[in-house]
Amino acid sequence: MNRLWKEFSKGLWKDLPPFKIVLGLCPVLAVTKTAYNGLGMGLAVIFVLTLSNLLVSLLRKAIPAKVRIACFIVVAASLVVCVELLMQAYAYPLYLQLGIFVPLIVVNCIILGRAEAFASKNPTHLAVADGLGMGIGFALSLTFLGSVREMFGYGTWFGMELAGDWYEPFAFMIEAPGAFVCLGLVLAGMNALTNWQRRTRGLEAIEGPIHDCKTCGLCATKPRI
Amino acid sequence: MDYFTLVIAAIFVNNIVLAQYLGNCPFIGTSKESGVAIGMGLAVVFVATMAAAITWCVQRFLLVPFDLAYLQTITFILVIASLVQFVEMFLKKAVPPLYKSLGIFLPLITTNCAVLGIAIICQREEYTLLQTIIFSIASGAGFMLALVVLASIRERLDLARVPTSLRGTPLALIMAGLMSLAFFAFKGMAS
Repeated sequence: MNRLWKEFSKGLWKDLPPFKIVLGLCPVLAVTKTAYNGLGMGLAVIFVLTLSNLLVSLLRKAIPAKVRIACFIVVAASLVVCVELLMQAYAYPLYLQLGIFVPLIVVNCIILGRAEAFASKNPTHLAVADGLGMGIGFALSLTFLGSVREMFGYGTWFGMELAGDWYEPFAFMIEAPGAFVCLGLVLAGMNALTNWQRRTRGLEAIEGPIHDCKTCGLCATKPRI
Repeated sequence: MDYFTLVIAAIFVNNIVLAQYLGNCPFIGTSKESGVAIGMGLAVVFVATMAAAITWCVQRFLLVPFDLAYLQTITFILVIASLVQFVEMFLKKAVPPLYKSLGIFLPLITTNCAVLGIAIICQREEYTLLQTIIFSIASGAGFMLALVVLASIRERLDLARVPTSLRGTPLALIMAGLMSLAFFAFKGMAS
């Protein structure tokens, strides 16, 4: 039980994607114009990540090591097709808003990274806990970033009016430059927080999350398909 | 649509990284040195063009006639994954010097959303085969341009004194934001 909680909770703060493990940046930047879009994308990722971890973990003894990356991609892609069809049926406006980034969930490094680094080596219940925790962490981060950008960019939160007529929205925040700068500042804030915690414990400051594609483990293992 | 507009729009107006948010992981991850950035950029141009042309044929001659368009995502990613593997093997055997300079970037490209993104955009915009090829070369060139410029900026920034918390990825993202702001000036030029 302890182990289960540990694997679940690490995605919520210690290894929080995408702020602590800098992975899957494209949806993070693209769909966080509003908090609602961010949450919608987050929910889609929770669905795909949890089920892909479950399936990969169940199949981990059956998948030959040489073609494992191809197998992970097939599992992730089938789940993404399910999400696409479900969203077309039940959340069509959101599907149109997210556009090309729904099919692109399949190349989100988090999905393949967790399959390779965790689910293919651990029993099923731990893999599901890991996927759920990471997915919820990702969804919360996207909602947070979406909230910040929506508040500054439109003066609203989940469509609710926050400021009066006097408020002049920053159009900058909802366009591409705002997305990059906002994510950069949030990452810097996370680094500052980590360093402040380290200093109170008498440790030296570090540079923080260094973005490296190798963190997803996929590139490091060189897919043999 | 005339081809010149298509090229200008793909490189500057709708730059794949700075305006369309595609391929950001390699954009931040491989922009530490300009040599690496050029290699990665060339690999993306090469693979994206081949992938877009092949997926166009797959969509036109396999998925549409058999009414399987809902399988687009899974088919495209499998085509791209096997294509990357095939290109790697081919270059290793046939053109070893090119393999030496591009080889290490090829495995990274399977999960590069710019490649799958370009293939899907071409389908959604209903381009012809020639338009698809021109669009993907231009988009790849736009990716390379953004990557090389960011790498050059970051090489200079290494010498600057920056607060510890901003160093590395956060500063690279803010720089990307400023570049994106500059590219924003092209908005509305060619639509």
